[in-house]
Amino acid sequence: MSRRPALSPAVAVPAVAAGAFLALPLAALVWRAPWAALWSDLTDPAARTALRLSLVCSLWATVLAVGLGLPLAWALARVPFPGRRLVRALVLVPLVLPPVVGGVALLLALGRRGVVGRYLDQWFSLRLPFTTAGAAVAEAFVAMPFLVLTAEAAFRSADRRYEDAARTLGAGGWTVFRRVTLPLTWPALAAGGLLAWARALGEFGATITFAGNAPGRTTTIPLQVFLLLESGRLGSALALSLVLLAVSVTVLAVLRDRWLGAL
Amino acid sequence: MTASDGLSAEVEVRLGALDLRVRLAVAPGETVAVLGPNGAGKTTLLRALAGLHDVDSGTVVLDGEVLEDTAGGRRVPCEQRSVGMVFQANLLFPHMSALENVAFGLRARGVRKGEARRRAGDWLDRVGLAAHAQATPDRLSGGEAQRVALARALAGDPRLLLLDEPLAALDASVRGAMRRELRTHLAAAPGVRVVVTHDAVDAAALADRLVVLEGGRVTQEGTLAELTARPRSRYVADLVGVNLFTGRADGTAVTVTGGFVLTVAEQASGDVLVAVPPRAVTLHHRRPDGSPRNVWEASAAAVEHEGDRVRVSLAGPVAIVAEVTAAAAGELALEAGGPVWVAVKATEIDVFPA
Amino acid sequence: MPRRACAIVALTVCCALAAGACGSGNAATTTTAATATTTTTTTVADPVTGELVVLAASSLVEPFEELGRMFEAGHPDVKVTFSFAGSSDLARQIDAGAPADVFASADEKTMAAVVAAGQAAEPVVVARNRLAVIVEKGNPKGVRTLADLARSDVVLVLCAAEVPCGRLAAAAFRKAGVAAEPASLEANVKAVVSKVTLGEADAGIVYRSDVQAARDKVEGVDVVEGADAALQAVYPVALTTAAANRVAAKAWVDLVRSAGGLRALAAAGFLGP
Repeated sequence: MSRRPALSPAVAVPAVAAGAFLALPLAALVWRAPWAALWSDLTDPAARTALRLSLVCSLWATVLAVGLGLPLAWALARVPFPGRRLVRALVLVPLVLPPVVGGVALLLALGRRGVVGRYLDQWFSLRLPFTTAGAAVAEAFVAMPFLVLTAEAAFRSADRRYEDAARTLGAGGWTVFRRVTLPLTWPALAAGGLLAWARALGEFGATITFAGNAPGRTTTIPLQVFLLLESGRLGSALALSLVLLAVSVTVLAVLRDRWLGAL
Repeated sequence: MTASDGLSAEVEVRLGALDLRVRLAVAPGETVAVLGPNGAGKTTLLRALAGLHDVDSGTVVLDGEVLEDTAGGRRVPCEQRSVGMVFQANLLFPHMSALENVAFGLRARGVRKGEARRRAGDWLDRVGLAAHAQATPDRLSGGEAQRVALARALAGDPRLLLLDEPLAALDASVRGAMRRELRTHLAAAPGVRVVVTHDAVDAAALADRLVVLEGGRVTQEGTLAELTARPRSRYVADLVGVNLFTGRADGTAVTVTGGFVLTVAEQASGDVLVAVPPRAVTLHHRRPDGSPRNVWEASAAAVEHEGDRVRVSLAGPVAIVAEVTAAAAGELALEAGGPVWVAVKATEIDVFPA
Repeated sequence: MPRRACAIVALTVCCALAAGACGSGNAATTTTAATATTTTTTTVADPVTGELVVLAASSLVEPFEELGRMFEAGHPDVKVTFSFAGSSDLARQIDAGAPADVFASADEKTMAAVVAAGQAAEPVVVARNRLAVIVEKGNPKGVRTLADLARSDVVLVLCAAEVPCGRLAAAAFRKAGVAAEPASLEANVKAVVSKVTLGEADAGIVYRSDVQAARDKVEGVDVVEGADAALQAVYPVALTTAAANRVAAKAWVDLVRSAGGLRALAAAGFLGP
């Protein structure tokens, strides 16, 4: 039998406390959830609308995060350009920025009177606030760092020699990316996409600030949970929260091997 | 410097501590081995020729086509050069089958899918791996994978074939067979071949000509015999520290160049490479008695002192180099042109299938 | 102290559940609760000492902060700590054991629930607030009546029906027989103000006090329905049952009901009780 390092109390006690600190609230949520009324809570028309909308918005947000985030991650990982360090730092900002502030920032940029938004409005009659597209944009803003960070790391650590081999075989940049880099980095990219999606699904602050709360258009699950709490319907709020919790746990279980290693 | 055919390159690359300045000309159908110690710039040279590495200044011309001309601002990107490259680690794409790996280059160059797969299948057949077409690289042995990598590089009929230590990663057990196979394929490939290696046996077996690269510069080039006869650096001396002969084996008798027959300890047959370490070559005033199976009379063509060792190039029925101590040389009173008896024990001779 | 620790943990959990999405009110509460210090009891000439924790509806920010300065000036040994949030958020915090001496709600319904739960007693109404339409400066869309808010060229935002200002706005529309289609139902009245301030919405329905607070950037349109007493917000204040500093809490309620208190509330756009 291999030697096991002795677990000193100085480590064990705070470690157990930390585990309990993280697990206890979730356990309480599950414990207090109104299991009997769960089905009716989740099939309530407002809840169903919010669930469907959450799915739609988070998927669009993921598409947006992937579509714009992958090229950015690639540039950060592979293309030396002036200010790259700065951009790399900026990518992290939505992670630390309070989402509500992110929402206000989005309004100032893409709102009807925003720096860019006014032209979207004038030229294309395109208004993002109070629309489903706006909710997806807000979610993408908050979720994109997860995708970019993961993808950049993947592109950076990918074995470039395979790409060299592909080039000697006559493959141009796009073919190399599509047929070699992408398949080789796929697991990490998928993990990044999944994380981004999970984050988008739980997004609240930026969404309600930028896209407002319009049932059927921008009222996603987190907003619905918030409104239920506002009106004192704790049970229904917990039921919807359970859905978010179940999704997070599922996503983390899928990612377990990547994030926690072989247990 | 513009030759209409073959490769004509003059490249300068600075990369960290390496300052590479090389002029290299290879005729069509010729195989050149680039030898050198680690860090000499061999791989960088190969990558520069392939277009994988930027050239700081210089020109690369292949069959009259200017691939690189820094003064003229011309640079053909790697993917548009007619190159094929075999890497030390085979670098087969792990997510593709052997067949897809070989077909990759054809597809990338616009060959239709069915046609690419058919031709890839032919190539796999040629390297003896038709049965493994659907296997992914992780299911292939090292030798099999390197053969697929070779097929992949050759499938595009490149005018410039570059091989970076193609045998280095292989087990000794499969290395000989792979070397022989590689030689056959190189002989069949029509273009220019450049092989990077640090192994004199590989170089001797595969190349027509050797180029020695040390510290980013070509320190010596020529045939193996020329290098062995007059190593111009310690590295070359160590590298070609062995006398190498190509020949045909029949049991323990190997007929080498010029009809001379060497007796060896191992049984072999067919084309072989024979290696005789200079220190195993003993020199005598009179015909020695006793066990040595290979004894002949020769004359000392050149005597070179290297510290307390002396390298003696011997002319005779077969050219060979002996390395003896300074004391022994003094005792023999060796001088250029002097007669001497040469002896080599059969057990000191290594035989490789070629 | 354990009670406070509990409150902080509870709030953290709350935030975690919302997946990193603290409501704006919650965020403010967390800060104030975290900076709260232990109540001490000493006997000096002024019996009003120690710390006073006031949980108040967001719309009361301006007058209450003003009154807080007055209170601390009158009672130098008191430190007033506010926690402003939506009334129902505050009610939930009280239920969860958050430290509080005074609770000021923006509607009687929420207060009634807290009283019914035995967590506060004897509420008194200290102010009222009438509805007003908030528009951009200069009223570019020419909004005059509630009916104008139903026009298709007017982007309207309201409070969500779950919060008092939303309930009142809905009632006002019902009474006026106007079917408006709001672009968004905001989580609280200040969010409605923000949307109009930022120009995302052309108009919203808020309280007169909110127009007063944001008068630099917006203007108010008094609509007749705003004068309807049934459509006014009522602000009851009560001591919590668990109040740790009842002396200071009583003094606070007295101050709010005093002439000075009424003046401060009126200056902020509130009506008398």
